[in-house]
Amino acid sequence: MSAPAESAPSQDRAALARARAAAQGSIRWELLSQLVRKDLKVKYQGSVLGFVWSLANPLFQLGIYYVIFTKVFTNPAPDFHVYLMAGLLAFGAFNTAVAGASTSVVGNAGLVKKVRFPLLVLPLSGVGFAMVQLGLQMPVLLVIALISGVNFFGPPLLLLVPALALLVLFSTALGVLVAALNVRYRDTSHFVELSMLIWFWLNPILYPAQLVKTAFDRAGLSDWFWLYFLNPMATVVSTFQRAVYQTPTYLDQGVSKDLLVDGGYVYYLRNLAIGFVLAGLLLLFARRTFTRLQADFAEDL
Amino acid sequence: MAQPVISARGVSKRFLTHSSKATQLKERFVKGRGLGTEEFWALQDVDVTVGEGETVGLIGPNGAGKSTLLKVLAGILRPTSGEVQVEGRIASLLELGAGFNGELTGRENVYLNAALLGLPKREVDRLLDSIVAFSEQGPRIDEPVKHYSSGEYVKLAFSIAVHVDPDVLLIDEVLAVGDEAFARKCLAKIEEFQRAGKTILFVTHSLDLVTELCTRGIVVDHGRVQYDGDPAFAVGTLRKILGTDRPVGAPAAPTLMGGITVRAAVAATTRGGPASGRFRAGDPLHLRVECDVLPGDEVYPGEVGVVVMGAGDIPVFALRTPPGAGLPAVPGHYCVEFVVEAVPPLNGAFILGVQVDHAETGLPITARRFDDAIWVETGTLPGLLDVPAKVTVTQA
Ligand SMILES: Nc1ncnc2c1ncn2[C@@H]1O[C@H](COP(=O)(O)OP(=O)(O)O)[C@@H](O)[C@H]1O
Ligand SMILES: [Mg+2]
Repeated sequence: MSAPAESAPSQDRAALARARAAAQGSIRWELLSQLVRKDLKVKYQGSVLGFVWSLANPLFQLGIYYVIFTKVFTNPAPDFHVYLMAGLLAFGAFNTAVAGASTSVVGNAGLVKKVRFPLLVLPLSGVGFAMVQLGLQMPVLLVIALISGVNFFGPPLLLLVPALALLVLFSTALGVLVAALNVRYRDTSHFVELSMLIWFWLNPILYPAQLVKTAFDRAGLSDWFWLYFLNPMATVVSTFQRAVYQTPTYLDQGVSKDLLVDGGYVYYLRNLAIGFVLAGLLLLFARRTFTRLQADFAEDL
Repeated sequence: MAQPVISARGVSKRFLTHSSKATQLKERFVKGRGLGTEEFWALQDVDVTVGEGETVGLIGPNGAGKSTLLKVLAGILRPTSGEVQVEGRIASLLELGAGFNGELTGRENVYLNAALLGLPKREVDRLLDSIVAFSEQGPRIDEPVKHYSSGEYVKLAFSIAVHVDPDVLLIDEVLAVGDEAFARKCLAKIEEFQRAGKTILFVTHSLDLVTELCTRGIVVDHGRVQYDGDPAFAVGTLRKILGTDRPVGAPAAPTLMGGITVRAAVAATTRGGPASGRFRAGDPLHLRVECDVLPGDEVYPGEVGVVVMGAGDIPVFALRTPPGAGLPAVPGHYCVEFVVEAVPPLNGAFILGVQVDHAETGLPITARRFDDAIWVETGTLPGLLDVPAKVTVTQA
């Protein structure tokens, strides 16, 4: 047999082999969606109500806070439940995403130790899981808003798009970082859990951001209020609220008050821009950390 | 060798023992970094190159580092030093588990596992029936795999691994878990893979499998490659390491690589007579081959063959010990005698080649040639044979 006739198919074969090796090492939607589906199945399998439970949590939270902040403490702000809902959903998704990502590698030890695949999909699947949940929670809670007679349709609703994007980016960045750290230091996931309790209060969820602004003003630190929005979640939460809560000012005992910190758009877009830069930098750092640590995952598990 | 598909150069793997690994911050603070570090070298300076289409049996005692080597080759563990390169899609069956999630059904695990290996979903849709059929799980495929027995688990895992059309198949001692019927099916599949030119590396404790199936055997012990080559010898080397080449309770023999050596081969006209080496056609030919079956190591039964070759190593005739009547697997000095009643009408100097093969596997153990061992002077004309002919000359 002549040499060229022999080498051509073997070259094809080598090229195919390389392509397949690359496919085994790169992140694909297919794999990500399989992992998210797996998490959903595993979480709700065997429970009678299944996915309803994922709705029950925010609904109950909403109900409890609503009763406390409008009935126990009287609160003149109209449609307060819509305001509450926006913040609770946004932060809830963040919490689920980061907590899920933090245990994603450890929780999939069986896979990590047996199969070679791009490990970065694990924290991503934790974020994906949270976003799927959010996607199912949002319509339900919007329906509740509609039933209670609140019209949230309007141009501000478009702000949801960049706000969601920042939520995904920031959750991913933090999720990737804690997922990697949690393999070496199992304390990480406990630490994350506790931090979330504190972090919750760093966002204008149960209180108006205006309250913080007033406090800064009183202390003569008006120029430093932007520090509050160095927390990308504060930006996400307040933008969510701006998107769905359309009552910028109300009267409290004759005094005009704002529940939102700003009634325009530019303010939010500026904060979002800051958030994207911060989250982007964090993602770069997280990715590097993950890549550095991942080679030892199979051994450390 | 065909182009290398797997190549590992100078691979070492160090594990830090669990106590020294600060999985808790507390330990890290209390003990400080590096304090109480106990290290363990599971692999040391391992060089393995496997070419396309080879089937390699990886054998060794428990704890030798076989699973660690497979994981390093599979890209799951990072070697502490050294380089690993593997071309193509790797399907691996590493110990029990195979990357299943117990809560998911068999079917869901098939999709998940295939996705992990880089297969698109439509491809899995196409293969699913075949995977289920091969795994023999039938309707059980829709049950959570946590209810599977370990055998059923492996059946499904193996079925996936062989259906994803891998270029390289890495299998750890999992096949032993399935029943015999399934083991046979697996072997048939592995043979099919061999014919398709795929590269297979598998760990097993059933040593017969290595001699039957593999083109090569690698023995690993204490994290080092102790032998790499002929499967039969690999098995022998391992038996020596394990001490299973001796009766139970026998004292350990000094480790000595051995086999069978050919000491001498002589040709004489009379049985036991002086080695003359000179014959005429029709003389009786007595061939005596002296062999040593070496003691103190894996002992092989040998089949002794002699070939009488002319110039240019052209075989003229061959003789061989009958099956089952060769050298016994008992150390000692042996004489093998071949008697040829009448030397054929040969012409010139002949080479005597002696070859000893493994009586069971047929693999060569040793060979030796004795040049100019036999001289036959029948005529004066050139040619190997002296052919009597009647010659007449007439005028045409
Ligand atoms: N993750 C780990 N951490 C520490 N030691 C390990 C680890 N994995 C394997 N070892 C040790 O390395 C050695 C080789 O293990 P292994 O490769 O599983 O052996 P085998 O040849 O039986 O498959 C064993 O002594 C085992 O205890
Ligand atoms: Mg093992």
